[in-house]
Amino acid sequence: MNKDMNFDVTVIGGGPAGLAAALEAHKEGGRVLLIEREDRLGGILKQCIHDGFGLVRYEEKLTGPEYAQRFIDEFEAADIESMLTTFVTDIKKNDVDFTIRAVCSSGVKTINTGVIIFATGCRERTARQVFIHGTRPAGIFTAGTAQHLINIQGQLPTRRCVILGSGDIGLIMARRLTLEGAEVEGVYEIQPEPSGLARNVQQCLIDYDIPLHLSHTVTRVFGRDRVEAVEICRVDENRNPMPETARKVECDGLILSVGLIPENELAESVGVTVNKATGCPTCGENQMTDVPGVFACGNALRVFDLVDYVSASGEAAGRSAMEYLKEVRANG
Amino acid sequence: MGEFDKICKKIKKLSPNIEISEEKGCIVLRGQVDDWKTAVKAGQLAVNKKKYLGVINDIKLKGFVPSPESMLPEDSSLDGQRPDVLVIGGGITGCAAARELSRYKLDVLVCEKGADVASGASKANGGVVHVGINFSASSQKHHYNLIGNQMYEELSRKLDVPFERKGQVMLCCKKWERIPVWFLAHFGEKKGIHGTRYMKREELLEHEPNVPEFIDGGMFMPIGGITSPYEMTIALAENAASNGVRFSFETKVQSMEVRTEADGTAHIISVKTNRGTLYPKLVINAAGVHADEIADMAGDRTFTIHPRRGTDIITDKKAGYMVKTSMAKAPFAVAPYEKEKLKGKAFTTLRLLINAFNGSNHTKGVGVIHSIHGNMLIGPNAVETPDREDTATYRDEVDAIIRMQQHLAPGLEFRDVIAYFTGVRAPTYEEDFVVRKGIFTDNILEAAGIQSPGVTAAPAIAVELAKWAAEYLEKTEHVEANENFNEERKAPPRLREMSQEERDRLIKENSDYGVIVCRCEEISKGEIIDVLNSPLHVPTVDGIKRRLRPGMGRCQGGFCMPLVMNIIAEHEGIPLSDVKKAGSGSVITYGFTKGGPEDAVAAAAGDAGKEAADE
Repeated sequence: MNKDMNFDVTVIGGGPAGLAAALEAHKEGGRVLLIEREDRLGGILKQCIHDGFGLVRYEEKLTGPEYAQRFIDEFEAADIESMLTTFVTDIKKNDVDFTIRAVCSSGVKTINTGVIIFATGCRERTARQVFIHGTRPAGIFTAGTAQHLINIQGQLPTRRCVILGSGDIGLIMARRLTLEGAEVEGVYEIQPEPSGLARNVQQCLIDYDIPLHLSHTVTRVFGRDRVEAVEICRVDENRNPMPETARKVECDGLILSVGLIPENELAESVGVTVNKATGCPTCGENQMTDVPGVFACGNALRVFDLVDYVSASGEAAGRSAMEYLKEVRANG
Repeated sequence: MGEFDKICKKIKKLSPNIEISEEKGCIVLRGQVDDWKTAVKAGQLAVNKKKYLGVINDIKLKGFVPSPESMLPEDSSLDGQRPDVLVIGGGITGCAAARELSRYKLDVLVCEKGADVASGASKANGGVVHVGINFSASSQKHHYNLIGNQMYEELSRKLDVPFERKGQVMLCCKKWERIPVWFLAHFGEKKGIHGTRYMKREELLEHEPNVPEFIDGGMFMPIGGITSPYEMTIALAENAASNGVRFSFETKVQSMEVRTEADGTAHIISVKTNRGTLYPKLVINAAGVHADEIADMAGDRTFTIHPRRGTDIITDKKAGYMVKTSMAKAPFAVAPYEKEKLKGKAFTTLRLLINAFNGSNHTKGVGVIHSIHGNMLIGPNAVETPDREDTATYRDEVDAIIRMQQHLAPGLEFRDVIAYFTGVRAPTYEEDFVVRKGIFTDNILEAAGIQSPGVTAAPAIAVELAKWAAEYLEKTEHVEANENFNEERKAPPRLREMSQEERDRLIKENSDYGVIVCRCEEISKGEIIDVLNSPLHVPTVDGIKRRLRPGMGRCQGGFCMPLVMNIIAEHEGIPLSDVKKAGSGSVITYGFTKGGPEDAVAAAAGDAGKEAADE
């Protein structure tokens, strides 16, 4: 690792967007640093062991880890600097550049960088954010957490569950749980149509005889220690539950796939304006935010449905960042 | 007409199905009713503090089935033990009492039916260190609240718990409301509550820059503060534990063996729990919503707990700027949005005004609080319930609380909400604390009816309880001071709050401090391991969450929960599937998926069998 810690471009986040952004900025001649919170590159793809990644980019059906590995191999071959298990705690905007403070297992690091690319991904909406009521026992998981438990830790989080929300991760998890011998009682979606990809509805639900109930939601959780049942209601056209349609479904788990929110708290702390409703940063066409020198890509920019587009947005941000830097330096 | 007849007349009018009697100095109500409101109302009508010790309301609600309780282990780990003092209940009162008792060389055992301290109302409240301006001067609430309030700075410092004294504000809408404020402040001064005064809008804006337009000003009470109630409880318990107090979790008192002496005094011989039968010399009843059940077992009941749910809502820290102190609308203040409600009810304002002075406004209205961690906390409401364990939340109530507080915090939106929870208060019908020595039973101390301002009052109540306990035990033996008593407790380091240099130095000493596990609250693996090594051992996901806050941020544990589970499993040397959310029944995972080590072992055994058969 370079001792001086001065970089042209610092990419925050080592998932598909960050890897693509770092590679592209590197190709454009920048001195690049990639900071990743976890101990391995690849981001959420690490736990996406199903296939269907890369159809657009490679015209191949890859698993998440396989897709990520192509970028990681290229990244490592390019000898781009990276800091793993490193967490950015704060960023200061200076006159011409930025100072990043990060914590890692060897101490607190200070990094100076010309531009920053946020590739911080997104997080899942929680049970409380969709106003699920009742008790708060064990057994309520977001789909991503359930996926992590199964695919990374090898643990079964439920034996019989209800899935709320037909987002892609929810659909994928319906199939994954079924394959692991758990029973998925049904997938419930508040909207009148499924929110995930049509191919996932076919391959994950229909092919496995898992019922999809549209215009339905979970209104209440029962159980003191562990989930014992949930209450399901049909909703009217304004998405309000109709109490007369309530029925109780016995289950030991509730899996939520109710939307993703771009994770931009760090970007916000540098002064980037973030849309309160969508969580998306205010960006120009070149993916530069309203803070000059700060770029966003991938799911931090907006939630994409295919990773292929996430990578493309990373590459675009990498190029724009270098263009901007060259321009500023030419004028400065 | 005598007092008793008056009570009978009022209650009979309410419902003819209620039997009323006078027993052992108490008013006793029995019978069955169709709705809970009637049962509560009857209890309230039966109150006569001058003539009776209290109300024993045993009216049943027809068809009522309580929420199921947590599954508890059965063992004999406590069987035959003879502690000097058995504290029943590990809430803030029980833990504070245990800590005070650890100043003496005594064997003190705290039994708590939850899987951690602060498992009931102590964890589910707003953490306000109250001013108590509206408590009657003769009430125990006023007495202990005022002493407790003044203890908070020093106690928080000694126990390394965050505390801020930013004041409390009662918002007023009209100029005339300054008059009742003046009176409240004046009476407050007489009761020992200093510094309260009216602040006009301009000055108030310095403390609360975001109050809405219709606010004329407010009653500013500088002695109001904010703590973290569960962290305070944990700190008290940890300090008690390091001074020798023992804690037994998931331990529920099931019954007591009580002997009646020749003079009629009752005496607790033994206490049966799901972990065996104990023979304590003295029992302290700090059982919260179950305190009347415990007092009943001991033959010392003079009161009834009527559970009252309160739901609080927590916003993202990003919305925390909207309030700086803790503020609520003054009970007598009428905001523009409420005018419609009061139309044609000339006396409503007057009634509200009277309530503000006579102490009958016992559950303060919903307010907004700047939590000690920078979130905005909204609530609580107040709903009477027959169910002592009803900690569920309900859509209509949460919606109503948010809508109501949008008037006081106009920037508040539904999407700012990250969590909400319900606590169950433990009021008596007298709406006062019952902190006393046993009346009918010699070896019990009661600390019952501890609802708001219990968090504020607990340290003061604890001092009293410990003094009484020592006096009682002194009758039969010499109670020595614990010369090893250390009144200070150091919280595990919170690296996020340190200077960069200090943080860097600590990470260089222990690299685990540099491994961030919780991204929302910036908590490291090292901090989690510190907590697992603390004197009060609670290796559960919720235990870690309450001590360090991973899972309390905006992702609500989505990212960090599996990581926290891993750290617990590794540190405790247990399988991942044995890591629980809280109690024994709160299973998170059911073991390995297909093809896990168990299957591999089974497959290997199968192969070996096949090979043997082949040979």
